[in-house]
Amino acid sequence: MAHDHDHRDFQPDEEESLPDYGVAEIAVRELLLEKGIFTAEEFRGALEGFDRAAPERGAKIVARAWTDADFKARLMADGSKVVEEYGVNMDLTELYVVENTPDVHNVIVCTLCSCYPKPLLGAPPDWYKSRNYRMRAVREPRAVLAEFGTHLADDVQVRVHDSTADMRYIVLPMRPAGTEGMSAEELEGLVSRDCMIGTAVPGSPAKG
Amino acid sequence: MSGRFAVGDAVIVKAEYPKTGHIRTPYYVRGLSGVVADALGPFPNPESLGVGGDGLPEQTLYRIRFKQTDTWPDYGEDPCDTVDIEIYEHWLEPANGT
Repeated sequence: MAHDHDHRDFQPDEEESLPDYGVAEIAVRELLLEKGIFTAEEFRGALEGFDRAAPERGAKIVARAWTDADFKARLMADGSKVVEEYGVNMDLTELYVVENTPDVHNVIVCTLCSCYPKPLLGAPPDWYKSRNYRMRAVREPRAVLAEFGTHLADDVQVRVHDSTADMRYIVLPMRPAGTEGMSAEELEGLVSRDCMIGTAVPGSPAKG
Repeated sequence: MSGRFAVGDAVIVKAEYPKTGHIRTPYYVRGLSGVVADALGPFPNPESLGVGGDGLPEQTLYRIRFKQTDTWPDYGEDPCDTVDIEIYEHWLEPANGT
């Protein structure tokens, strides 16, 4: 029965055509390699370094700020310098920390492109780069937050930060109630990526 | 900080609309008034860097706070809400005309 089965066509891979900027990136990279400005190994290492940055790094810093008042004061005053102690180099940008309080809730967006504190938190989520989020986060932030399941009281001011130039922002969320006895290591687990963008707030630890 | 403006100063973003250039001043706040929320020190001018220039002279960068009801006249959420935007000094003028 060897010749009885269907000779179905394979579904082609969904290979996207390269956008113009993709072609330009390859051309420039190959030129830089040829000229010996950097090696393929250095390029690979840099990419690997980008991927090493992740929201967990930010969570560690937030949890320490919750438990160490001096650290928090230094972080608010000069975020870039403080994260260097954690091996994070903000490169040509500066880290700027904005603090949530009972009266103010902060949200980060970049309406011009998709600026994001990549050296600290890694690559931004796809929605952060979407035109939808970038338009609406400044236009109707409370409606956007509600879609993320984040509902703010009416007496809380929403402060949107449009990341247009040299600062890269993270939100220092409020430490949730019921966490008084927790160590910095335990608190880290409560701080998700979205809490540091401001589209979410950390929940209290699950009971039980 | 050696900038022209201090925290708390009222400023106006220039209502200029160049057709080209690597301009980091969002269109939606040009011509609007806001208040200096922070002065960040001097930074290279992106309009020069963006075309291969040296970014000089550096421009003091500020965080300007705008009331959302000014930014969007039909803003439908809480009137206490604000948006903070980084603006370079050469895009700003004093709001009181001094």
